[in-house]
Amino acid sequence: MIRTFRTAFAAAAAFVLAGALPALAQESPTLKKIKAAGEISIGHREASVPFAFMDQAGKPQGYSVDLCLKIVDEVKKELNLPNLKVKFVAINAQTRIPLIANGTIDIECGSTTNNLTRAKQGDFLPVTFITGSKLLVKKGSGIKSLADMNGKRASISSGTTNEKALLAEIEKRKIKVETVMVKDHPQAMLNLESGRVDAYASDDVLLYGMISTAKDPSQWEVVGEFFSYDPYGLMIPRNDSDYRLLATRVIADLMRSGEMEKIYNKWFNPGPTNIKMPISADLKKAFSIQALPY
Amino acid sequence: MNYKWDWGILLQEPYFGWIWAGFGWTCAVAILAWMIALSLGSVIGVLRTIPHPLPRAIGTAYVELFRNIPLLVQLFLWYFVVPEVVPREAGMFLKRGLPMPEFWTAVVCLGFYHGARVAEQVRSGIGAIRDGQRQAALAMGLTTTQVYRYVLLPVSYRIIIPPLTSDFLGVFKNSSLALTIGVIELTARSRQIEEYTFQGFEAFAAATVLYSLVTFAVMTLMHVTERRTRIPGMISLEAK
Repeated sequence: MIRTFRTAFAAAAAFVLAGALPALAQESPTLKKIKAAGEISIGHREASVPFAFMDQAGKPQGYSVDLCLKIVDEVKKELNLPNLKVKFVAINAQTRIPLIANGTIDIECGSTTNNLTRAKQGDFLPVTFITGSKLLVKKGSGIKSLADMNGKRASISSGTTNEKALLAEIEKRKIKVETVMVKDHPQAMLNLESGRVDAYASDDVLLYGMISTAKDPSQWEVVGEFFSYDPYGLMIPRNDSDYRLLATRVIADLMRSGEMEKIYNKWFNPGPTNIKMPISADLKKAFSIQALPY
Repeated sequence: MNYKWDWGILLQEPYFGWIWAGFGWTCAVAILAWMIALSLGSVIGVLRTIPHPLPRAIGTAYVELFRNIPLLVQLFLWYFVVPEVVPREAGMFLKRGLPMPEFWTAVVCLGFYHGARVAEQVRSGIGAIRDGQRQAALAMGLTTTQVYRYVLLPVSYRIIIPPLTSDFLGVFKNSSLALTIGVIELTARSRQIEEYTFQGFEAFAAATVLYSLVTFAVMTLMHVTERRTRIPGMISLEAK
């Protein structure tokens, strides 16, 4: 009921403002909503190092957050609202899709794999990172790949593509692995530290991020071959071509000008948490392919 | 809202099977926990009414401890803290030796928590019986155990059926917290379906219907029990 009222109100406000709006904003429901509310909502993860995580002061930061802020700058220009407020909304693997679908957040900045199932509920911007699933284990555990996991216990984060990939791989290889669901990376680390599980399956970059923020990074290692392909993208609401075009333009510009690589190096090489991941050949190619011309 | 409805997802495999498997785990956690709660709660409740300071103190301490700590905190204490404070061997058994450690941790935690609530109801049920009955039974030569077994408990259990019903329902609803330590029960399965298909609204609607069905069944069961065991003339039961 309240939503209907709000929508009606927003529609009315948008109608009144329509004369003053630039071309794109007239078409785009998201931009109209942002204009009417006077603020843009950024959904961010809290512990996806170094994509979106909290700094000492409790402010979200990271690679994805930087990219989102670039898009916010462009939205400000487009709507001619230099003082547009930015609202940060903390999200997790379970809430990111519903919050995009119901319009609570206007853009999702985390470490979300762009896949075709998810595209049914949200639109993805160009691929800004490429990774895949691997295992985080204690050094000296004897686990070198998924094949060594027979009869062992592994944690997986519920709500991730890694969960899907790991369960499929277990089935395919006909090995017996007991899986324990966790809600986020810190809980997975707690399970590993207490010896409750032998491994944690997640995107390799996030595992390196976890090691870099662990109490004793020298205790941990990432092992095995990739058992999934996870291209990341920022997510925006569906059915909004104009907003999507604006955001895609920002990302393509960054890729073309080489600024994307600079932002990458700021967070990954070596990055604030000393993650030390030089840009991969695949990602470099992806940047140049997606740097669409005007 | 920009959402694409697809109710058909609920009938597709593997999601259909997932919902039922999750429902099965919800029932398993809740029913096992309820069995612990009922037996433990009865003992503690009786302890609290015995005219001797030591058992009373034990009963009171138990109830205050388990009733005053939030359930989620208790769950984390059982799951993360207990295995670390017991001897190493025992801790490793709790963490990995046990088959399905997450499941049994959840059952024990819920059982102990609801046990404290059941204990309070048993105590108030016994307290609701006029003291004359106890004295009369003792005067007839029954021992204290016999007084409880044949006079006080049969009546007090009948009196407390309505509040026990709420707690029996509560244990089903609280079992959803088990997902935070990795038990894949009904709520966790709904979330999993949402993660795989992004059709979260449909999955949670199905979970809502199943929770309602099970609580309705419990209510019916308890109502029938109340009627079947009714003693004519007792004021606490519905007047005939």
